[in-house]
Amino acid sequence: MSGSERRPVITGIGVVAPGGIGRDAFWDLLTAGRTATRRISLFDPSNFRSRVAAEADFDPVQAGLSAREIRRMDRAAQFVVVATREALADSGYDLAGGDPTRTGVSIGSAVGCTMGLEEEYVVLSDAGRQWLVDHTYSVPHLYGYMVPSTLAVEVARDAHAEGPVTLISTGCTSGLDAVGHGAQLIVENSADVVLAGATDAPLSPITSACFDAIKATSPNNGDPEHASRPFDAHRDGFVLGEGSAVLMLEERNAAIRRGATIYAEVSAFASRSNAFHMTGLRRDGREMAEAITVALDKARLDPSDIDYINAHGSGTKQNDRHETAAFKRSLGARAHEVPISSIKSMIGHSLGAIGSLELAACALALRHQVVPPTANLNTADPECDLDYVPHTAREHEMDAVLSVGSGFGGFQTAAVLARV
Amino acid sequence: MSGPAATTAPEAVVTGIGVVAPTGIGVEEHWNAVLAGKSGIGRIRRFDPTSYPTRLAGEVSGFATEELVPARLTPATDRWTHLAIAAADQALADARIDPSQLGEYDMAVVTASSSGGTDFGQHEMDRLYNKGPGWVSAYQSIAWFYAATTGQLSIRHGMRGPCGVLCSEQAGGLDALGQARRLLRTESSLVVSGGTDASLCPYGLTAQLATGKLSTVDDPARAYLPFDVDATGYVPGEGGAILIVERADSATGRGFDRRWGTIVGYAAGFDPPPGSSRPPALRATIERALDDAGLDRSDIDVVFADAIGVPAEDAIEAAAISAVFGPRRVPVTAPKTLTGRLYGGAALDVATALLALRDQVVPHTVGPTRLAADIDIDLVLDEPRERPLSTALVLARGEGGFTSALVLRR
Repeated sequence: MSGSERRPVITGIGVVAPGGIGRDAFWDLLTAGRTATRRISLFDPSNFRSRVAAEADFDPVQAGLSAREIRRMDRAAQFVVVATREALADSGYDLAGGDPTRTGVSIGSAVGCTMGLEEEYVVLSDAGRQWLVDHTYSVPHLYGYMVPSTLAVEVARDAHAEGPVTLISTGCTSGLDAVGHGAQLIVENSADVVLAGATDAPLSPITSACFDAIKATSPNNGDPEHASRPFDAHRDGFVLGEGSAVLMLEERNAAIRRGATIYAEVSAFASRSNAFHMTGLRRDGREMAEAITVALDKARLDPSDIDYINAHGSGTKQNDRHETAAFKRSLGARAHEVPISSIKSMIGHSLGAIGSLELAACALALRHQVVPPTANLNTADPECDLDYVPHTAREHEMDAVLSVGSGFGGFQTAAVLARV
Repeated sequence: MSGPAATTAPEAVVTGIGVVAPTGIGVEEHWNAVLAGKSGIGRIRRFDPTSYPTRLAGEVSGFATEELVPARLTPATDRWTHLAIAAADQALADARIDPSQLGEYDMAVVTASSSGGTDFGQHEMDRLYNKGPGWVSAYQSIAWFYAATTGQLSIRHGMRGPCGVLCSEQAGGLDALGQARRLLRTESSLVVSGGTDASLCPYGLTAQLATGKLSTVDDPARAYLPFDVDATGYVPGEGGAILIVERADSATGRGFDRRWGTIVGYAAGFDPPPGSSRPPALRATIERALDDAGLDRSDIDVVFADAIGVPAEDAIEAAAISAVFGPRRVPVTAPKTLTGRLYGGAALDVATALLALRDQVVPHTVGPTRLAADIDIDLVLDEPRERPLSTALVLARGEGGFTSALVLRR
């Protein structure tokens, strides 16, 4: 790469995830191969087909939010603000010393403030009895629940960002796409610093009902700790999760000049759409393979340069076969050599947020040179015949890693991070 | 990551427009209504609004869903997506696009959505709480989420490029077009862009009421009066516009020469937090958009304002326009008083601006008669103003601080 190119790097990571709050707890959980899935406690799931989820043990007071912030913010907003503060602190970047108009925000979310929107609906409709909901009981921030852009507003205000600010909502690829967008803002010189990440807190009755309706989520209610089983022959759907990760992105030379510790360079992103079905996937993995190939081209890397793949690995039958096919199609022989894992086996599938959590995991994997495992993988699906790193984390030399996402709407995204 | 090659950046031209708005279905119907000052605002008919303080809205009337939306998609999508499907069909026909003749990965869909499938979501929550989880539609997961429109358009037209969905409330309509231009500079040759919104159901209206920015005046002619001494907020609307944004060379390559205009500049900024002593982002954002376009402020022939109708916000917008261009130095207009505020549908302002450039006429702002004392802009009132127009600046500000500016050239 020529010296004049602006290259985005990750200098800070903030995480709110099931199994422990904060970056260190997150990495401990992943490398221990522990699972954070359990019977849903955020509401009574008795009437639902799937009663399992990965919940974050999140105490907003302990996480440093004020009473006013807690009142105003939906759980998804609370997550992303806490993750933002951790990412900023981790980076050591002094916002006060920078130009706010050069600070951008790019946050992803698949379903925005669903919890707040549903809770308020229950109040205003008198538990569904009034179609003409009673506006006089409305909370002042109700509009903020309806528009997901609120999540980006909260981050921007907290970080005093006055540059480009946006909320990206491409379903389950939102997290990857938002970080990709943030990186692009640095490349094209629209910003010097971008807080990029994603958040979702979808664990509410309407979310469970909508995934129950299409039997997408696991009904393994008898054994919630082992319900998320990507690539396993006995998998029976994904397990819902929640959480947020925010990455502090900076232009590489500026980060080096200020002596920042760099986790990784954001080398490339590419997205393709299957234009096939809102929820269905073609078995051949064609469009995801194309996204991977384009991302490698943009990063000027060969398949042989990829040292680890953080899979989408949702644990649905069609997804795991789809992406296994995509890896073979795009990487050829390398697909059979490279370690692949799905952290959804441990922290569930937090819809739009998961992509940002997976990128955080990739950056930490590069830092520590450790591949997180795929938990609960006992008997591989014969059609999923690659190295999915079952059960146990693995020390492994990595220079470049690939993370992929696939979501409703047919969206497929691939990201490449590289050690600096 | 790929950066723009500034010296060789391809031109982002608009080759097709589709409109589904309270002012009309179809570009010309909308434009005729705008020039005639014919308002699409009236009493809400979708439900009985009597119990709500705001009873007016800009509804899309005469939308024949059964004719304009494929039967299998109707139950699987919210009205906001229905409106976008119809607008996209118009836009593709207008640009004479046959997607099967173009590279599947070269075409992308990037839309704005402010609030997703609110009406669909209220219906499904109604079923959930009245009947139980087993009654929730199998389509809820794909109809309500903000990505529904982009996903459906991608599937319908076989567009497999880098699709996107931007949510920045009212600014999203411009941000989607800014993203479309960015994609044309990096990897795509054609982007279906713009957006719609449709949150005129009881819960959607109630949520909008919570901002305190909706007008509660019952007279459709007096409810939405941006910049006026009697401004009392805005009227919500539904609908929007879908635009085909294409690399000029690729449009030429497929033998299509008609151009609505070119997106020559774009910038986005964000307001400082409430209570900050720093200035709002609008002025600097306009200046950056002009820089991006390589234009001087004197080159701008007309400004399409955000015009929210909330006095303090109008004053901020007018002050920014005056600061950049000089007091009353450029004609300013806001035809959105005829449709209400469309949020993700703000791309309609871009469509209207392109029509103004085509016909060399600035449409007037219907409603305001006396500008507030602190409004020092040349707001075009009473009737359309004919004048030579080669460039237009379109502004949009989204709830919370989103600020976007787009520059168009004829």
